[in-house]
Amino acid sequence: METFFQQVVSGLATGGIYASLALALVMIYQATDVVNYSQGEMAMFSTYLAWSMLNHGVPYWIAFFATVAIAFVGGVLVQRIIIRPVQNAPVLTIVIVCIGLLTIFNSIAGWIYSYVIQPFPSPFPKEPIKIGQIVFGQHDLGAIGVTLILLALIYVFFRFTSLGLAMRAAAHNPVSARLVGIRVGWMLALGWGMAALIGAVAGMMVAPVIFLEPNMMAGILIYAFASATLGGFTSPGGAVVGGFLVGVIENLAGTYVSFIGTSLKLTVALALIIVVLLVRPSGLFGRAVVHRV
Amino acid sequence: MPALLEVEGLEAQYGWTKVLHGLSFAVESGGITTILGANGAGKTTTLRAVCGMVKTAGDIRFDGQHIAGKATEDIVRLGIAHAPEGRGTFSQLSVEENLRLGAYARRARTALEEDFAHVYEYFPVLAERRRQVAGTLSGGEQQMLAVARALMSRPRLLLLDEPSLGLAPLVVREIFRIVRAINQEQGVSVLLVEQNASLALELADHAYLLETGRVVMGGPAERLRRDESIRRSYLGY
Repeated sequence: METFFQQVVSGLATGGIYASLALALVMIYQATDVVNYSQGEMAMFSTYLAWSMLNHGVPYWIAFFATVAIAFVGGVLVQRIIIRPVQNAPVLTIVIVCIGLLTIFNSIAGWIYSYVIQPFPSPFPKEPIKIGQIVFGQHDLGAIGVTLILLALIYVFFRFTSLGLAMRAAAHNPVSARLVGIRVGWMLALGWGMAALIGAVAGMMVAPVIFLEPNMMAGILIYAFASATLGGFTSPGGAVVGGFLVGVIENLAGTYVSFIGTSLKLTVALALIIVVLLVRPSGLFGRAVVHRV
Repeated sequence: MPALLEVEGLEAQYGWTKVLHGLSFAVESGGITTILGANGAGKTTTLRAVCGMVKTAGDIRFDGQHIAGKATEDIVRLGIAHAPEGRGTFSQLSVEENLRLGAYARRARTALEEDFAHVYEYFPVLAERRRQVAGTLSGGEQQMLAVARALMSRPRLLLLDEPSLGLAPLVVREIFRIVRAINQEQGVSVLLVEQNASLALELADHAYLLETGRVVMGGPAERLRRDESIRRSYLGY
């Protein structure tokens, strides 16, 4: 039973990372109908920036918030400079641009920081804590906490501020949004900025576990896709729930299904994507999108 | 009365197809002007052109200021509210959120509560359905929401695109009654585009008749309503 709870908690910790990245994907998807394949690499690059600052002796939380701010501005700039010119192009064009961004971020990171695997510190104490019979890693609990705080902030922003409302309006109905005076172009850029910010947090929370290297987010991005597919690409809340579910499912499958172990965990995510697409393509909480033709 | 909106030689096209051929008309300050015409005459395009939603040539002046070629979001911030064809409500957001968005571009956010009270006075049914998602409203209620949302921006000019479309005659009467009240009590000028000519001519004080992108007749609504031959050949009642 102890193993079960431990696996669930560490599943929730990684699940929180998947949930964050899935939320970033869904935010951009909802606003622009495009999946940002470079979301993971943008997060990886942000994490490297944090790493540079830490190496120069910047205290952790200052580096953390500086990275988050830079990621936000970076996301806005990427949208304004690179995505905006192709915004009205066919979906395939934008997909190719996003994949291009993926390779560019990946190569620049490798060029500047090399492909050598680096350790990345956790802001939380190392020694595990014991609750009853069960031992928890403090980084796991900390990452869950950070993720939940981030999600709560985002919820409050979209639910209760007029800028959040304007962003939702711009995503749902850009034509009407313009008619009430919302600058839709800037709302999309803000969406990219926020997605990059969420990704940066996810990157800094996952790096202590999987270590820092330019390809670190490749697997995570697939888990994030699985999460968003499971929860529903049209539902931000669903993507978050999907993230936690995928984290737990993957961990339990690895522990209790002997042939999966640690080596086939990623396959679980891929299998999940296929099953969801076959059984319920809109995901657990998504709505089927109906297009008028 | 001075003109609030003046349009001269307006042309507009979608792709290769020219829809408006040198349209000229004016909306008097404080008045209700209507543009009548059959399907495809260019009525909706005219309103879209005023709001910068289509590519245009020609001159559009709002309160003396040239607005042709400006971005939609800048034009509406000058005090033009557009309740578009098909109502354009945010169907996934609540009635209250739709109304809040109506006031989004307004500088003075302080009097928001007052505006809500005002709008709910004109449209009591919206107050009842405040928390309901806009997509679940009936057609009439959605049209009311579109007009109410436009009002929330405290516009000087209200553009209404076929508010009668697809609604029961009683509901249409009710909406037209409210538009008149808004015009008289708030001093909001109205540019109304309609297929329902008899109703529109009753409401408006000025009318233009549009045929395939050209103004074929314009003048006081009273005159168009009285003129038997116009009524028969163009208005069909």
